[in-house]
Amino acid sequence: MTRPGSGWYVGTLARAHALTPTARSLVFTVEGWPGNEAGQHVDVRLTAPDGYQAVRSYSIASVGASGEVELAVDLLPDGEVSPFLVEELEIGDTVEMRGPLGGWFVWKPEETRPVQLIGGGSGVVPLIAMSRAHTSSASAAPMRLLYSLRSPADAFFADELSAATATVETTRHYTRTTPPDWARRPGRLTADDLAEATLPPADGPLIYICGPNGFVEVVARAMIALGHAADHVRTERFGGI
Amino acid sequence: MGHLDGNVLAGPIGDLLSFEPTTARGQCAGCGDVAVLAQATVYVHPMGYVVRCRTCDDVLLVVVDNGGRSSLNMPGLRWLEAADPA
Amino acid sequence: MAVFGGRRREENAAVPPGQHLTDGFPVLSAGPTPEIETADWDFLIRTESGTTHRWDWDELQALPAEDITVDIHCVTSWSKLGTSWRGVSLDTLFADVETSREFVMAHSYGGYTTNLPLEEILDGKAWIAYEYDGDALDPEHGGPARLLVPHLYLWKSAKWVRGLVLQDDDEPGFWEQNGYNMHGDPWREERYA
Repeated sequence: MTRPGSGWYVGTLARAHALTPTARSLVFTVEGWPGNEAGQHVDVRLTAPDGYQAVRSYSIASVGASGEVELAVDLLPDGEVSPFLVEELEIGDTVEMRGPLGGWFVWKPEETRPVQLIGGGSGVVPLIAMSRAHTSSASAAPMRLLYSLRSPADAFFADELSAATATVETTRHYTRTTPPDWARRPGRLTADDLAEATLPPADGPLIYICGPNGFVEVVARAMIALGHAADHVRTERFGGI
Repeated sequence: MGHLDGNVLAGPIGDLLSFEPTTARGQCAGCGDVAVLAQATVYVHPMGYVVRCRTCDDVLLVVVDNGGRSSLNMPGLRWLEAADPA
Repeated sequence: MAVFGGRRREENAAVPPGQHLTDGFPVLSAGPTPEIETADWDFLIRTESGTTHRWDWDELQALPAEDITVDIHCVTSWSKLGTSWRGVSLDTLFADVETSREFVMAHSYGGYTTNLPLEEILDGKAWIAYEYDGDALDPEHGGPARLLVPHLYLWKSAKWVRGLVLQDDDEPGFWEQNGYNMHGDPWREERYA
C-alpha cells in the first residue's frame, strides 16, 4: 500500500482508555478507512471554532483492514494538540485524519528476514502495530522488541506485550526507575545493552528504531557500530510537537 | 526542539506527487548524498517544513501551506525519483 | 462535546487581525541553532560601492543603545505585547553609510535571509537587539544579536543577523522565496505572496 495519502477522513472516537498516567489509547471508527500497514501514521487535524487548525502526526497502533484506527497519545506538557486528545476529547467527538501515510517505516508480513524493533517511550507505538501484524499474519520471521522506557508505570500495552500468546519477544530497559527485583540499574541504553538485548548482525535483521530524536540518533549509530548494515536500519523520529 | 525526519512529509507532500514521497530517493545538490526523503532532516517550522540534507544540512526542499494551497520549493535537490515498485 | 482551541477572538486594538495573544515566546526554527561566540561575532553593512562597515562585538556594545518596549507579531498567528529589548538603532549604524539603493537583504549566521525596504529599517523602526527581557539574548531567540523590526511580521526580524547588504531590487529572502509576502505588514495581514 504505497500510494500517497488519500485525503482527509473523519474519525469518531469510539473507545478510549488510559495507558499510563499521561497517555491514552484512542480508538476511532473511520468511515471508508482503507486499512493500514504496520508502521504507518496519520496526520490528525483539529479545527477550532474560529477556524484555526492544528495538525499533528501520530503513529497508528492498529494494523490491517478494519474500519478502526487506534492511536496512543502521550501528553506533552507544552503541547497544543496532545493535551486536548488526552484530557478533553470525548466518546462521540470527531477529528479529521489524513492517511494512511508513510512507506518507509513499514514492516510487511511478506518479509521473511528477522526483525529487531527498538522503541524509546512513545516510540513503541508503530512497533506495537508491527508486533500485531507479526502475530496476526502468523509470520515465521523472528521478531524481537527492545522497549526503553522511564519506569514500569510508563509502559504502553504492557499486558499485550507480555501475554503468553505474544509472538514477539520483548525485553524492557528502564532509564529511571526499575521494578523492585530488576537485575540491572536504571540508565540510558548503552552499546553493551544493545549488544546483549538485540539480534546479532550475523542474523542480518531488519532494524526499526523509533522514539525521540536523541534516542534514535544514539541507538542508530550504536547498531551500525555493532556491525549492522546501514541499509538494514530504518528510523522514525518523534518530536516534542 | 530539534528536528524530525522525512517520515512526517508523507501527508504534506503526498498530494503533490503521484508517488509516495518518503520512499522517493533524491540527491543533494550540495554534497551529492543520495538518500530517501524519509532519511532527511526536517525542521517543522510552523511557517513551513524545511527539509535539509542529512549529511551537509543544505536546504533540499521547503513545503509551505499558504492558507489552503501547498507549495513545494526544491532548491537543493539535484533529482528526485520514485521508489521501485514494491 | 470537547471543543478544541483556546484562541479567543481578540478585542484588544493592539493585536492585528488574525492574531492572538501569547504569554510564552515560542521557538521556531528552520534549521540548527547557530552557536556564535561574541569573540567571533561581527556585523556588517555592505553598500553598492563595495564599502563594508563592520562592527565587532565590543564595538557594537560601545555604541549608544536603547531600551525599547514593543509588540511583536508572528505570521503563525501569535502576538506578544510589551516585549522588552535592548539594542542599537539602525539609524546609529547607518549614520555614516552612503547608499542610493533602496532595499536590503539581511543575512544571518546559518544562512537565513530576509529582504526589507531600507526605509522600513530607518527612522526609529529597527534595531540590532542583543538583550531580551533584561538578559543577554538567548541563541534560541536569535542571540548573540538579531535584527528587530517590530512593525513587520517577526520573520523579518532576522535571528543571528550578521549583515545587511544593500540591494538594487527587492530580491526575496528565504521565506519570501517560499510563498510568503515580500513586505509582511501584520496590520494588512500581508502573510502570503
